[in-house]
Amino acid sequence: MNAAIALFLMQDGVINGAIYALLGVTLVLVFTVTRVIFVPQGEFVAWGALTLAAFEAGTTPGTAWLLLALGVVTAIADVLRGEIARTPQALLRAGLRDVVLPALLVGLAVWIAPQKPPLWIAGLLTLALIVPMGPLVYRLAFAPMADASVLALFIAAIGVHFTLTGLGLVFFGAEGFRTTPFIAGVFPIGPLPFKGQSLVVLAVTAILLVGLWLFFERTLLGKALRATAVNRLGARLVGIPTLLTGRIAFALASAIGALSGMLVGSLTTIAYDSGFLIGLKGFVAAIAAGLASYPLTVAAAIAVGILESFSAFFASAFKEVIVFALIIPLLVWRSLAARHTDEEEE
Amino acid sequence: MNALLARPLLAAIVLIGFGAIPLLPLPDFWITLWCYIGLSSLVAIGLVLLTGVGGMTSFGQAAFVGIGAYTSAVLTTRYGLSPWLTLPACLLTTGITATLLGLVTVRLSGHFLPLGTIAWGISIFYLFGNIEWLGRYDGLSGLPPFSIAGHALIDSRSVFYVIWLVVLVAVVLSENLLDSRTGRAIRALRGGGQAAESFGVATHRAKLVVFVYAALLAGVSGWLYAHVQRAVSPSPFGVNAGIEYLLMAVLGGSGHVLGGVFGATVVTILKDHLQSLLPKLIGSDGNFETIVFGILMVGILQFARQGLWPMVLRLLPAPPPVKVDTSAEPLPRRPLPEAGAPLLAVDKARMQFGGLVAVNDVSFALKAGEIVGLIGPNGAGKSTTFNLLTGVLRPTAGSIKFLGQQVAGLPARLIAGQGVARTFQHVKLVGTMSVIENVAIGAHLRGRAGVIASMLRFDRAEEKRILREAAAQLERVGLREHLHKPASSLALGQQRVVEIARALCLDPAMLLLDEPAAGLRFGEKQQLAALLSQLRAEGVSILLVEHDMDFVMKLTDHLVVLDFGQKIAEGTPAAVSKNPAVLEAYLGGVT
Repeated sequence: MNAAIALFLMQDGVINGAIYALLGVTLVLVFTVTRVIFVPQGEFVAWGALTLAAFEAGTTPGTAWLLLALGVVTAIADVLRGEIARTPQALLRAGLRDVVLPALLVGLAVWIAPQKPPLWIAGLLTLALIVPMGPLVYRLAFAPMADASVLALFIAAIGVHFTLTGLGLVFFGAEGFRTTPFIAGVFPIGPLPFKGQSLVVLAVTAILLVGLWLFFERTLLGKALRATAVNRLGARLVGIPTLLTGRIAFALASAIGALSGMLVGSLTTIAYDSGFLIGLKGFVAAIAAGLASYPLTVAAAIAVGILESFSAFFASAFKEVIVFALIIPLLVWRSLAARHTDEEEE
Repeated sequence: MNALLARPLLAAIVLIGFGAIPLLPLPDFWITLWCYIGLSSLVAIGLVLLTGVGGMTSFGQAAFVGIGAYTSAVLTTRYGLSPWLTLPACLLTTGITATLLGLVTVRLSGHFLPLGTIAWGISIFYLFGNIEWLGRYDGLSGLPPFSIAGHALIDSRSVFYVIWLVVLVAVVLSENLLDSRTGRAIRALRGGGQAAESFGVATHRAKLVVFVYAALLAGVSGWLYAHVQRAVSPSPFGVNAGIEYLLMAVLGGSGHVLGGVFGATVVTILKDHLQSLLPKLIGSDGNFETIVFGILMVGILQFARQGLWPMVLRLLPAPPPVKVDTSAEPLPRRPLPEAGAPLLAVDKARMQFGGLVAVNDVSFALKAGEIVGLIGPNGAGKSTTFNLLTGVLRPTAGSIKFLGQQVAGLPARLIAGQGVARTFQHVKLVGTMSVIENVAIGAHLRGRAGVIASMLRFDRAEEKRILREAAAQLERVGLREHLHKPASSLALGQQRVVEIARALCLDPAMLLLDEPAAGLRFGEKQQLAALLSQLRAEGVSILLVEHDMDFVMKLTDHLVVLDFGQKIAEGTPAAVSKNPAVLEAYLGGVT
């Protein structure tokens, strides 16, 4: 291996690491706000890429119908549970939000898809279809058991992952797809050629991380989310609706997941089940940071990306083994650093 | 019919009926399905113990099945060993892997373990799939079947008995384990295990034990699988399989060994039906059953977190309550120090949390046979002092000597070993366990039966003595009629008294009571005061934190008053009640 290859692997690793960083940060966000270890995050990544690919192919993506189905089921479940009051106004509002809006989006997707929309319109529509799924999944699966133990919520998250992966197979089939890059071509920067899409990945990641930072530091809503993360009961006592913060956390998760999917879609082939492994690499980073620190998560994610690209070069068959086995020394380190004070869990 | 006989009779009927299944003219396909149910049951039983009983979870059990299967596959195909002989090797490989992984993860709080299991579940899967020696993704084939006296058990009707015999043994061993000293320690892990730790249970070790046990059951399942299937490849040992095993345990029911078998049965049969139905409905091939499994998992957690087995249990005759043999030999007692001898000496104990000094160089002493009260307004540092004495917190500075030995900074379970028992301000009982089982945890250090002895029932003599002690202490505190009720069914005041009985089971030289009278009615407080006086007369020394001044003034020999982390007064109750500094602290300065 020479310096050029090393630099190239490094570049590759940093770009993949940027995606893992986005996912890792979202996982930390969702976990601290809702205590859900959101494994299904990976499905949104896959769906982001596959939905964009469907628009490019001129077909209506299955996620459109899925959004409508999810909206209808969630609305019915929430009415049955009494989460939506049975008054005409409340029912109307819920109907507009959970049924009519998704139906309009489906209509838009069905109308626009055969016209092969420009990439940016397809991208926006992809976001519009997938972002609402985050809060819907939260309302359907997690909100009814928001006070359960982390363990129970985690098992539920795995259940959601199982269901969403299966649905992904139904709606997109087993075939893998690649999308066209947002910016085509290769740009030499210093000694290294950069793919346009790689630059997009780095730029979007940087913008999103700064945006998240501003959101948490400068907006009331962001501060409410942080307050919920620190102390749920306290947050509720000062009037922060924890259900709302949960929905927002999940909306951020689906938004960042779908965006990441659209970004990696042109760098690697994505199939219905590819998201799981990508999301889990975000997890490795989040675990390294103890599911708590954002900057540490980003640093760890970049490290995971670099480790992955170097192990792909040296021992490509064992790439996944190396990345996931990394979790063992990480846990050892965490376990030595851990103070044993987890008593409130049941 | 005699209620005591109903269950054994039912069990016998079910066993005989079950054993007759292969003899019935059923299609082979059904018998094979039951074989797979048996194989999954083994893994699910382990998960029930891990998740439902121990409060931990693993999505990586399929990897342990794989390790067991591959071990036997390699030994039989490459070294020509008989399948029967490879079982110890399978246990060894899964056991060692599980111990190493367990050592890493059991110290971490709840959710890191399952996350870790997903990660190494994936790595082990890719490892199987990429090692030439293990046949890569094609795996190894041509494994020998089990054979008895030259007769090969190839047909599913004969191998059925091997599998279910192993399941039966696993059920019996697991039930025995749960109903024992070690079992109580494992069951007390739920809710963090702080109470168990305070009675001498090495909770990390208990977690490791149940983790390794669950892995061994999975390894045995893999061993059987390898020689029933007679081929191994990585795909049945991936993370999805691990998730399905967990679904079996969650669906069957946390906390019930047979719930694991039930869950395995439901999930395996359901999977078989879904795999033939769903592709027809959807019109393409694929593992669509995951959609239904996922919904099932979330639904169970939302609507029936205890799983489905408890619903089945309600239809069966109730199990007989734990038998208490009052003629069992009493447990040996520890010699108590003579009345008036120095027992506890706290010297300049200090606890700092960052810039906050919660306990500021507090010194006091307690003599054997005394009742000392630790009082003070809210935030005075009483509970923190209590936590220093019991090893929950490690003091920043200062010395705490118990019977002349330094105990400052020792972990809670070692302090318990010195003869210090405690109760908790917020009651820490295992709600699903019966009152007597909760109290028996108090006697943990007075027994020694280990895992193997418990599983093989060699612990019965000792177990009788422990239960006799627990019953005696419950009778002493006046809760005899509640022995067999679940702890959570008692009123809060009674639960506090249960905690006292549990503490007495340790045979303590010193008893630390954290607000024992809170939530008690007047009559109950009088009974409690009488009990504590009686204990004092027997030579037990007591330190109590209490807010009920009337209770404290009448009962204690000596009072220590804290305010803002500092000792402001001490002396007899009468002297303290006239102390101006104390009046100032409590009443805010009467001018």
